[in-house]
Amino acid sequence: MQSETKVVPLEEVLKSDWGGGKSPFGVSWGKLMMWLFILSDAFIFGGLLVGYGTLRVSSENWPETSKVFALHLFGIEVPLLLIAFMTFILVSSSGWMALAVNAAYNRDKKRTVVFLLLTCLFGLIFLGCQAYEWGKLIHEGLRPWFAPDHPPFDGVRNFGACFFMLTGFHGLHVLTGVIYLLIIALRVGIGVYERRGSYEAVENAGLYWHFVDLVWVFIFTFFYLF
Amino acid sequence: MAHAEQKHPQVKVYLTVWFWLFVLSFSAYFVDLMKLPFALKAVLLVAIALMKAGLIAAYFMHLRFEKLNLVYTIVLPLILLIALAAGVMPDGLSVLMNR
Repeated sequence: MQSETKVVPLEEVLKSDWGGGKSPFGVSWGKLMMWLFILSDAFIFGGLLVGYGTLRVSSENWPETSKVFALHLFGIEVPLLLIAFMTFILVSSSGWMALAVNAAYNRDKKRTVVFLLLTCLFGLIFLGCQAYEWGKLIHEGLRPWFAPDHPPFDGVRNFGACFFMLTGFHGLHVLTGVIYLLIIALRVGIGVYERRGSYEAVENAGLYWHFVDLVWVFIFTFFYLF
Repeated sequence: MAHAEQKHPQVKVYLTVWFWLFVLSFSAYFVDLMKLPFALKAVLLVAIALMKAGLIAAYFMHLRFEKLNLVYTIVLPLILLIALAAGVMPDGLSVLMNR
């Protein structure tokens, strides 16, 4: 639900947003705090991405991501297939989350739980793909502090550092999100929010999940496609 | 309360946004496959990324339906990231030049 703020008579006197007596942002404290957390998290990822950009422009050569992340399918090398699939999965999970928030708005307990669990499932598929990708690259000899001298890595050590840092940090957020959403789904299921009369917790969890998707948009663009 | 519910988008809006996110993701993938000149590719990819980010923030995260107060509080500080990039990237370039 939107803000639970009680309208006090003082508000009629103090018309300004900041005049006291009403919520200047028009949202509950929980939602505002989630937004501020997301803003600070955006700076963490922004810092990581800018760091990656700086290392990248300072490198004379950089491994071709379309070759590093190519997947062999029926004998054909398809560039970035796994990454495209992961993007598809994460965008889908965000779609499920939006539907879960919508169901929560309509106070439809059953559908909220189902959509939340679907979101979690897609998050787990994403993590599975990432685990596969990490395993593959580690098997090929890439480390956060080392890169093999042969193609496609050509001994560019910063590539390993950037890859594991960016995707690792993002993957950790996805994992946290899955656990967070499972807890929320459980609480919806046992009727905590029904009794409380507000499903806002679902919406706040949704904000976090969409943010994780949002970060992937930039990692996908700047790390994998550039 | 009733007012808040009116501002909340319908399922159809979510599905439309979802659809466009898919379209944009795949166009980004194809831009990469087409092997365009770097500058053109960079402009297209950044434009697509910003469009996707805008769609997610505005509709999935409801930012479009929040008070302008909140929108500015969240969006304006992000401009600092451009300042960060502008401040740090030249350092990377000078490292490259001195290699």
